[in-house]
Amino acid sequence: MYQYVLKRLLLMIPTLIGAALLVFFLLRMLPGDVCEVRLAGTGLYVSQDEIDLCRADLGLDDPLHEQFFEFVGGYFTGDLGKSMWTGQSVVHEIQVRFKLSLQLAIMSTLVAVMLALPLGIISAVKQDTWIDYGVRAFSIAGIAVPSFWLGIMIILGLLIITQAWFGAGWMPPINYVSPFEDPIGNLAQLIWPAVATGYRYSAVATRMTRSAMLEVLREDYVRTARAKGLIESVVINRHALKNALLPVVTIIAIEFAFLMGGLVVTEQVFNLNGIGKLFVDSVGNQDFALTQHLVMLVVVVFLLTNLVVDVFYAWLDPRIRYS
Amino acid sequence: MATPQAFIETTDLDELKKPFARRLWDLARRQPLGTAGAFVVVLMATAAATAGILTPFDPERASLQHMLTPPGGQFLMGTDEFGRDILTRVLYGARTALFIGLVSAFVGATAGLIIGVASAYFGGLFDLIVQRIVDIFLAFPLIIMALAVVATLGPGVQNVIIAIIVPFIPQCARVVRSSALSIREIPYVDAARALGYSHARIILRHMAPNVMAPFLIMLTYFVGQAILLEAVLSYLGMGVQDPTPAWGLMLKGAAVEFIESAPWLSIFPGLAITLAVFGFNLFGDALRDLLDPKLRSR
Repeated sequence: MYQYVLKRLLLMIPTLIGAALLVFFLLRMLPGDVCEVRLAGTGLYVSQDEIDLCRADLGLDDPLHEQFFEFVGGYFTGDLGKSMWTGQSVVHEIQVRFKLSLQLAIMSTLVAVMLALPLGIISAVKQDTWIDYGVRAFSIAGIAVPSFWLGIMIILGLLIITQAWFGAGWMPPINYVSPFEDPIGNLAQLIWPAVATGYRYSAVATRMTRSAMLEVLREDYVRTARAKGLIESVVINRHALKNALLPVVTIIAIEFAFLMGGLVVTEQVFNLNGIGKLFVDSVGNQDFALTQHLVMLVVVVFLLTNLVVDVFYAWLDPRIRYS
Repeated sequence: MATPQAFIETTDLDELKKPFARRLWDLARRQPLGTAGAFVVVLMATAAATAGILTPFDPERASLQHMLTPPGGQFLMGTDEFGRDILTRVLYGARTALFIGLVSAFVGATAGLIIGVASAYFGGLFDLIVQRIVDIFLAFPLIIMALAVVATLGPGVQNVIIAIIVPFIPQCARVVRSSALSIREIPYVDAARALGYSHARIILRHMAPNVMAPFLIMLTYFVGQAILLEAVLSYLGMGVQDPTPAWGLMLKGAAVEFIESAPWLSIFPGLAITLAVFGFNLFGDALRDLLDPKLRSR
């Protein structure tokens, strides 16, 4: 198994180099740069000399290959450089926001799993009844509802309900508090974006649970279990569900991409200062240094999740061999 | 509901003897969700085509005396902060969404189809290189990739379409390739080569038509995805720009600012996005059930 993991890790290297090249040159194709955006923002007259000075300062006039090696070299020296917009170090910018996004990602996944499993199972057990149609419509709707709009609707709902019950509108707080200091305040802030992202995330997992359960329920050993006279709940929970869980685990990993995309928008709606918002801001400011490292961070997390899930998958199902 | 017996009893011949309307009705009964999806798609296409007739208002012209009018009377869905009728903008927004959705889905899926089939057909080193490039593209989440492309090209309808096409191509290429690999092993491909047909002819005329099922499924799925992605990009301010009516754009800025005093600003465009994507997804699901017999009645 160690050989397999090592091989997969080595295979990631060409993909990462390709991704780094792609991001780097994509960003350099931009017509403007951070200097123009920043200096134009001041509204004052800016001479070409000042723009040139700013570019020289940020290393934007270095030859492209030097810029590229500086970008990639940062991963070996641990110095990722400075944000071209704020002047703070990239590591710092990411560090202060990472906790919030990580917590949001974990909570969204929990919301998704807690929705997907029971709904998928009941939908499979009651196949082709109105319950089944209801669940399927609910899960297809989950793919269709844009998570940012769901977020806006949640805020609206909270405002209306708190207005009606307490006489004053309440919106989730904006400032992040650690769950270890103030668990209730933390939950009050993050549960709403977690629901907005998690619902969408659950949709595909629900459908996957349903079809995996349907497949397993037709297996001979399930018939045997029923023939033995086991009660239905034991057949489903002990015999069927365990085997149906495998594809569900995979889909949750594949959907991880949606989760990260979802964070980009939900953080915007709820005004949360996380990695997603940082990404949108850095794209808007044409802050190459920050954008390219953020994209690489997402790619690395994505590739590693896929690896972890593949290993986990084989661990869950001994029939699968590493190859 | 159709029982398994019903499938066996109706032979294909009986099926064909029935009048067209009856066959359509049977299909609708077997696929209630798909029919609902098709209905939404038709509704949206109608709204997009006849927006100019359906509403007397101009979607882009501001009218200061009608600012933030609540729904009712003259303005069924109310007006926005510039006094523009929301219903009118939703109807014209269908045009923008459908245009961007169809063009980017079609171009993205078609390019993916050709690359996927070619990759399977040539095999060897070509396949290896193409698949590694596809790997690199697939390592980017959809929105991140689209945002990176839009960051490079700048906002606007045309650039949004390109930003949506780029992540679609590798997705479709990967799916189509796996179907095309089995097609490649069927003797008629060898026969076509023995007849001296060109590579392009074999790929386009002989192999591509046989992977139409995954292609069409990807295509409908892409339309919904593209509409959603366009809405997200416009919402983030990097997609379609004002005053062009677009659903995602309508949810930006004022919709959140006036959420308490004018909730209609955010409710209706969001409903439109949801309904449109919902329709295309249901339609795509039904299509997959019909085209892929292995998944039927599951």
